[in-house]
Amino acid sequence: MYRVSNQVYGWLLFFPAAVMFFLFTHFPILATLKASFFSTPRGARPARFVGLENYRVMFDDPVFWKVLGNNFIFAAGTIPLSIGLALLMAVWVNGKLSGRSIVRTAYFTPTVLPMIAVANIWLFFYTPQIGLLDGLTGLLGFPSRNWLGEPSTVMSCLIVMTIWKEAGFFMIFYLAALQSISPELQDAGRIEGAGRWYFFRRVTWPLLMPTTVFILFNAVINAFKLVDHLFIMTKGGPNNASSLLLYYIYEVAFSFWDTAYASTLTMALLAVLAVLALSQFVYLERRTHYQ
Amino acid sequence: MRLIATAMVFCLLLMTSTSALAQNVNLTMYYPVAVGGPITKIIDDMIADFQKDNPGITVQAVYAGNYDDTRTKALAALNAGEPVQLSVLFSIDVFDLMDQDVIVPFDDLVATDEERQWMGSFYPALMENSTVDGKVYGIPFQRSTIVMYYNKDAFRDAGLDPESPPATWDEMVEAAKKLTKRDASGNVTQWGMHVPSSGYPYWMFQAFAMQNNQVLMSGDGTEVYFDHPAVVESLEFWRDLSHTHDVMPRGVIDWGTLRQKFLEGSTAMMWHTTGNLTPVRNEARFDFGVAMLPAKQRRGSPTGGGNFYVFKQASAEERKAALQFIRWMTSPERAADWSIATGYVGVRPDAYATPALSEYVEGFAAAAVARDQLEYATAEFSTYETARVKKFLDDAIQSVLTGQAQPTQALQGAQSAADRVLRAYK
Repeated sequence: MYRVSNQVYGWLLFFPAAVMFFLFTHFPILATLKASFFSTPRGARPARFVGLENYRVMFDDPVFWKVLGNNFIFAAGTIPLSIGLALLMAVWVNGKLSGRSIVRTAYFTPTVLPMIAVANIWLFFYTPQIGLLDGLTGLLGFPSRNWLGEPSTVMSCLIVMTIWKEAGFFMIFYLAALQSISPELQDAGRIEGAGRWYFFRRVTWPLLMPTTVFILFNAVINAFKLVDHLFIMTKGGPNNASSLLLYYIYEVAFSFWDTAYASTLTMALLAVLAVLALSQFVYLERRTHYQ
Repeated sequence: MRLIATAMVFCLLLMTSTSALAQNVNLTMYYPVAVGGPITKIIDDMIADFQKDNPGITVQAVYAGNYDDTRTKALAALNAGEPVQLSVLFSIDVFDLMDQDVIVPFDDLVATDEERQWMGSFYPALMENSTVDGKVYGIPFQRSTIVMYYNKDAFRDAGLDPESPPATWDEMVEAAKKLTKRDASGNVTQWGMHVPSSGYPYWMFQAFAMQNNQVLMSGDGTEVYFDHPAVVESLEFWRDLSHTHDVMPRGVIDWGTLRQKFLEGSTAMMWHTTGNLTPVRNEARFDFGVAMLPAKQRRGSPTGGGNFYVFKQASAEERKAALQFIRWMTSPERAADWSIATGYVGVRPDAYATPALSEYVEGFAAAAVARDQLEYATAEFSTYETARVKKFLDDAIQSVLTGQAQPTQALQGAQSAADRVLRAYK
């Protein structure tokens, strides 16, 4: 009797959270999945079942493949560099240099600025002739370049901006992790005669591994959800050279108002994220030791 | 007995409250801003004036981003059942809004002869994007054409006559060549001209095509002519400005930063919306002029900008109030004030007869260029599923300007993609 009521009690406690979780996470996914098998309702024409038609359209859609490829380039360009930079900055501001609170603030500032404001500032940085970047390269004697207007440079420009934005955020986590490492380890290392680099490689880095996993998860999600800057800076152009999957979904859903196809693309995005998350779980978690 | 009394009191209360509601109509409208200047303040001031003149009607104006964002927000609000009765939306959204079955024609809203007359008081070129199957779905408000801004000081420096801006494609190229300045190492310090190609490339392209005497779409919104030889030739010319004549930078030129570049003197001419006229006037530290776009076969520019639409979900009372509001906002005096504050075209001829605007035009001739150009103007690009169809065209234009594709193949690709989408609407 006692056991049963305890179980019921447990379920009741769990129930509100479960309802919220289902309502705001699982139900939308199921609704999206369902919508992807129907045509888009328009005015007087209701949605009708079309089976896998939307998926066939997606596989034939060159823009879909283009933005998917762009997204992987964007992820590969931003994730390792921003994490590496974050670690570097964290180690730097963790040391005993003078004025480090100013440096910390400077590194963290990009993170607290709204993305739209950031995009507007960088838009002018990249503007040919009158922009900051052209001003700097002009001093070195390079000709003016149309940074955001050429397919060959636009993606790198967005990647640089994103790293600038993300690194400060990740730095905070590394800084917290570094400060929680016991100084006794450092002392022990010194007594054993470990060099700084050796100590970092064999002691600090492994201890930071849980943090790195956490940051990596966030970085991957961010790489697939960062779109705000595209609205301001490029609108995905020129000729889709800077468009990302989520931006394309927005465009299809709200500019073209093709909700069915947007649902299909959303399922593709979910699939990509699921595969990435699974591989991270399977591969990384096994190699990470938590204290 | 007590029960009946309570019920009667309750009924009375209910009646007074509904009649109070009847007197006080709340309208919500979304509107976009696509040009520089303090537009939101101007709109707020106009609405404050309207409410002073029309007690009982409250208008809540919600700034909602650019044209695409505003349509998105308005449609999302409608789908969510929120009370939005009218909005300023892109003039070219008319087919899509009809397809979504969310707007009412103004023919159904007007009742009196005076109101019918008001519907006919706008420039016909501006009404082209409003009229479908003989019915009027949108009333012109923030409307523009593309004009050519040019730096008169730079013209003088290059030995060109600042009072006779180029009138043909050839003259424009020739002037632009003289205006393009390079430093000792061959880097450009001042470009001859800029035509923006982000944001609204199809709009600028319509001007090129129109000047070559070819429109891009049929009036009923079911057909496009992207692969017509005259259209291909137009795109070749646009590309050649940067790739052959070297008077414009290669790649895509940003819409948003172009005004600043013109003001900084890094380009001597720019094609831009007349909606930017007042900010340019306020900020230019040099002598500048405004000209009609040049001609190839003929002069030409598409109109552009936003119209008032009234949504179906508005109640009869709200529709009446919305009509009253729109009539007030588009009255000659308001249209004149609006044109002076922004640079947008005064949407009706009698606006230019008002003392305010006629005086303004007299002292500042540039303000009349967009109006004079209406004579050569055509409807802005608009078809069913217009956002999707124009993206095919935008991508084709950008792929050519960045040197990724040839005009013929790019436009043929856009044509067949558009044909596939539009097939359903024929």
